[in-house]
Amino acid sequence: MESLYLLIPLSVVLAFGIGALFWWAVKSGQFDDMEGPGHRILHDDDMPAEANENKAGDEKNN
Amino acid sequence: MENQATYNYKVVRQFAIMTVVWGIVGMLVGVVIAAQMVWPQLNVGPYFHFGRLRPLHTNAVIFAFGGCGLMATSLYVVQRTCNVRLISDKLAAFVFWGWQAVIVLAAITLPLGITSGKEYAELEWPIDLLITVVWVAYAVVFFGTIAIRKVKHIYVANWFYGAFILAVALLHIVNSMEMPVSMWKSYSAYAGAVDAMVQWWYGHNAVGFFLTAGFLGMMYYFVPKQAGRPVYSYRLSVVHFWALIFTYMWAGPHHLHYTALPDWTQSLGMVFSLILLAPSWGGMINGIMTLSGAWHKLRTDPILKFLVTALSFYGMSTFEGPMMSIKTVNALSHFTDWTIGHVHSGALGWVAMITIGSVYYLVPRLFNREEMYSMKLVETHFWIATLGTVLYIASMWIAGVTQGLMWRAVNPDGTLTYAFIDAVKASHPYFFIRFLGGFMFLSGMVLMLYNVIRTAVAGRPVNAEIPAVVAHA
Repeated sequence: MESLYLLIPLSVVLAFGIGALFWWAVKSGQFDDMEGPGHRILHDDDMPAEANENKAGDEKNN
Repeated sequence: MENQATYNYKVVRQFAIMTVVWGIVGMLVGVVIAAQMVWPQLNVGPYFHFGRLRPLHTNAVIFAFGGCGLMATSLYVVQRTCNVRLISDKLAAFVFWGWQAVIVLAAITLPLGITSGKEYAELEWPIDLLITVVWVAYAVVFFGTIAIRKVKHIYVANWFYGAFILAVALLHIVNSMEMPVSMWKSYSAYAGAVDAMVQWWYGHNAVGFFLTAGFLGMMYYFVPKQAGRPVYSYRLSVVHFWALIFTYMWAGPHHLHYTALPDWTQSLGMVFSLILLAPSWGGMINGIMTLSGAWHKLRTDPILKFLVTALSFYGMSTFEGPMMSIKTVNALSHFTDWTIGHVHSGALGWVAMITIGSVYYLVPRLFNREEMYSMKLVETHFWIATLGTVLYIASMWIAGVTQGLMWRAVNPDGTLTYAFIDAVKASHPYFFIRFLGGFMFLSGMVLMLYNVIRTAVAGRPVNAEIPAVVAHA
């Protein structure tokens, strides 16, 4: 039973902490664009240089 | 100069390789203890007894295999999505070597019987301290990199990784409060039912934040990347995140149904566990629907198969979990092998498969190759792993329900119908099937190691250049 005196306040404090973080995220414009970020990671080309060279070579040959 | 223009792939590479190595070690120990259940003669000496190997198995697969996988992917994702190199290479190297030291210490102390006796937190106090130091360094590397990001928006995967890092720090510190009595023995600061509640507050949230939030971060990056499609609904992914972290913390008491814990606490834990179904399924559907318009890729791409199958198992186990937290269901399932089956539906089906898929995505990029040495082997790995998982789960369901029903069967005069050993005998064939399923899953990992080594040897380690920040597309 006594564990609840620790865990419940801890969880409540944590919930407030998360709430504050959420408030910051909204205020600082993290959620202004709910479409772009999903596309942005796809524009980041992380294929290795060698693979890209091969691809460029293929395109030239075509 | 060159250092500033490239990403730090070295630490990612180290963690990615060790993910596969520790995966094999941890799963091998798992297969050994599964064999000990079928053939008890295999319990040899004090060091290789089931009771000592079982915590070694859980620690190795969760913290060594899963931990390395999370660190490899989080450090890759945070760099790529923030468009910046890790804030400190030295600290990143310390995280890698420190974490390996923790794992090696665990592998030595657990068979020696050095344990605090807390499930998933067995390591003794000196190792607990080391974990704390390494974890803080990890947090500094991760959040420090976010702080110096070149892209204003923090991609949703980083939110999940961040929550995982912060929550695990908090859980570890609170649950590991202990009083050392000697170099290798300590006692918990809590006692009795209090200790049990703190332990399962930790235990459940370790599942929630280590094995769920962290791997969801993985999912939100690697599923869209591999499918070549943006996540189905970015908005839903943000809702998923906040809903999940607000509700997870409260579900722990469902591990202590029908114990000395106050009844209302048990019911509260049950209610929050049922609520958890909503964000879990929201996320699962969001991940799977990312493939809309790209379903045909599933036919030919074994990496995508791993990732999508992982999501399916995530959906299954997050449905099963809330059901098992209902007190009347729990009365049947608790202490039976159904729980073991449920855990492995999540561990093999979700955690391991999403990790395997992500590592297959990473390895060629880390070694400057177009793709893995053999995609055929990846495909074979996928089928062996899936079949192994299904055998494992199905056998444990049957064994678990059988055990639960036999334990509670009573004769008209009130005596028990079956002795405990009767249920053990009835479970024996299923223990064998479980062993077979686990063995298959392990074999898949050995194929993976071979494939990874061949890919690494054929390529060379690279640190990719950081592309110029593109204007918002």
